[in-house]
Amino acid sequence: MYQILSKEMLTPTICRMEVEAPRLAAAAKPGQFLIVRADEKGERIPLTISDFDAKRGTVTIVTQKIGASSSDIIAYEPGEAFADVVGPLGLPSEFVTMAPEKLAQQRYILIAGGVGTAPVYPQAKWLKEHGVPVDVIIGAKTKDLLIYVEEMSGACDNLFICTDDGSEGFHGMGTNMLEHVVSEGHKYTQAVIIGPMIMMKFTTLTCKKLGIPAIVSLNSLMVDGTGMCGACRVSVGGKTRFACVEGPEFDGYEVDFDEAMRRQGQYKAEEAEANEKHVCKIGRGK
Amino acid sequence: MANRIPRVPVREQDPKVRATNFDEVCYGYNKEEALLEASRCLNCKNPRCMTACPVGLQIPRFIAELAQGNISGAAAVIAEDSSLPAVCGRVCPQETQCEGSCVLGVKGEPVAIGKLERFVADYSREQGAQAAKVAPANGKKVAVIGSGPAGLACASDLAKWGYDVTIFEALHKAGGVLEYGIPEFRLPKDKVLKHEIEAVRALGVKIETNVIAGRTVTIDSLMDQEGFKAVFIGTGAGLPKFMGIPGENYNGVFSANEFLTRNNLMKAWREDYLTPIHAGKKVCVVGGGNVAMDAARTALRLGAEVHIVYRRTEAELPARKEEVHHAIEEGIIFDMLTNPVEVIGDEKGWVKALKCIKMELGEPDESGRRSPVPVEGSEFEIPTETVIMALGTSPNPLISKTTQGLETNRRGCLVATEEGATTRPGVFAGGDAVTGAATVILAMGAGRTAAKAIDAYLK
Repeated sequence: MYQILSKEMLTPTICRMEVEAPRLAAAAKPGQFLIVRADEKGERIPLTISDFDAKRGTVTIVTQKIGASSSDIIAYEPGEAFADVVGPLGLPSEFVTMAPEKLAQQRYILIAGGVGTAPVYPQAKWLKEHGVPVDVIIGAKTKDLLIYVEEMSGACDNLFICTDDGSEGFHGMGTNMLEHVVSEGHKYTQAVIIGPMIMMKFTTLTCKKLGIPAIVSLNSLMVDGTGMCGACRVSVGGKTRFACVEGPEFDGYEVDFDEAMRRQGQYKAEEAEANEKHVCKIGRGK
Repeated sequence: MANRIPRVPVREQDPKVRATNFDEVCYGYNKEEALLEASRCLNCKNPRCMTACPVGLQIPRFIAELAQGNISGAAAVIAEDSSLPAVCGRVCPQETQCEGSCVLGVKGEPVAIGKLERFVADYSREQGAQAAKVAPANGKKVAVIGSGPAGLACASDLAKWGYDVTIFEALHKAGGVLEYGIPEFRLPKDKVLKHEIEAVRALGVKIETNVIAGRTVTIDSLMDQEGFKAVFIGTGAGLPKFMGIPGENYNGVFSANEFLTRNNLMKAWREDYLTPIHAGKKVCVVGGGNVAMDAARTALRLGAEVHIVYRRTEAELPARKEEVHHAIEEGIIFDMLTNPVEVIGDEKGWVKALKCIKMELGEPDESGRRSPVPVEGSEFEIPTETVIMALGTSPNPLISKTTQGLETNRRGCLVATEEGATTRPGVFAGGDAVTGAATVILAMGAGRTAAKAIDAYLK
């Protein structure tokens, strides 16, 4: 179970894997996520689903090397298997269950930042397949960190690329790109923003300025992912919500991003200690 | 004569030593002690202990076998009614059930039924007990959702009667609350729990982990596409409650569920596991139930000074007496008649103190319990690094929200008959998912009752 069928390094730190998980692949919808536990002693790591194929019984995950646990995931090779892969978790994106007549009136702009580009892909694909106008902005620090450019160009009407250093596409951040696109006359009824918390915060502010409703996908800390632990709680419109079961997508206008960012760092001290002690398993010759 | 022997005391790890490790607190009886204690049982004609047991364990019968030194015979008697004796012997509230009804308890000390059950289970495990008898397969598929006490009990009975049973578990390990909730020092996982779950598997029960009913599969998909003729929902009460006071989302405020899951299921207490956990130097645990005691004693073992903050008095603590007693012995500090009103954070958003108000007991309410009322102007702050909320839990709505025709009451509990039938034909439920948070043994009892109802439904 949960065998890795293929593996590809998209950048030196971002890895894409196709993993066998038939039940999950059959049930997954855009907007949902999953949890991987690499081995018996690993953490349960929430990851976005960047693709799913019910026929092949596989899901595609994209992992960025951050700490000890994500390094362990990336160290796996095709033919090896993860101890656990569970999901799909969270609610599907709003458009999946939207009434057809309402969906027909929508024009989407999906704004992806860094590794957050991966979960935007199935959303764009779904909208395109359902004939809903959809444009995508992919932003990254620099050219080498851009992912999913080719895949995405086939999954949307207009693809806009921007880099902070101008090494590829528009010179600027996703917020600048969005303002630019809108100033050129593109009109949208809904934005979906997925990326680092700080990027989602500022892009939401730009959307607000431009009068575009914004949905964000929160990657809060969590243990079980089923509503049991409450580690993922986030303030939305002044109310505490659980990102794992009531999210991960929320109205960006209502999210308390500063609290969400602070809560993400809750185990930083413990994790730094773990990283120091951690022996990387790359080349462990299993 | 037999009742002249005083109750045989049970050996325990020294409180000072155990406060620094996760080894089991209670050592249990050895054979000699168990046989002596068993000889105290009067073998009443009308065994009140048995009536008081939610699974109807044949207590005098197993004790009689034990008293004669026939330990495998005693184990066989227990196995007729319980699939988790080593668990129940450890975590059941015997003082309010079997032992609370023991005739010897009227004038003296009741027979230590729990400790005897535990001895029989532990001894048979160490001797390598055989699996219970299973009826020939009848080919009928039944799905059990959740591998906690209710699910395991229901699955065991159905498997014994020849059903083709699959348990679906959302987490990566089977056991439910026995795995994620109850700490190692009360219920050793590898030594005890793993074995009991293996014994359920040995009956032919399949356990599929990492399957979340309501997400990975639905009740409908199991029945319509996978050919399950009946479903038992034993998903427990896993949603944590918070107080709704200001500052509850500061870093350092955790649900007891999160704290315990990190430590138990994810083994944060072990150096070789990657799971992070945060206790710090001082911890306040809010609540007075068994979960509060478990969280407090876990935090203590992780090196913290621990306070239990509870709004009533020690007499009203809902936790088992034994757990409270153990907690006090280990050095947990009890701040009674104290109710949190706000969590105070520092400039970085971490907990700095718990602001509380003093309480006093007012007039008794409908339940007869004197309800606590705040003493005006008595607010004060307890400086602390961590706050753990152990205020109880409620059932998870994942299944009820994704299944047509399955009714819940206003507390989110599934509506079910005494027999366990829900409002949807073929779907049964029991345990905390129906009653709200209760005990392991009540959940097992409900699982067994529902197994009978499922058997009747499918015949």
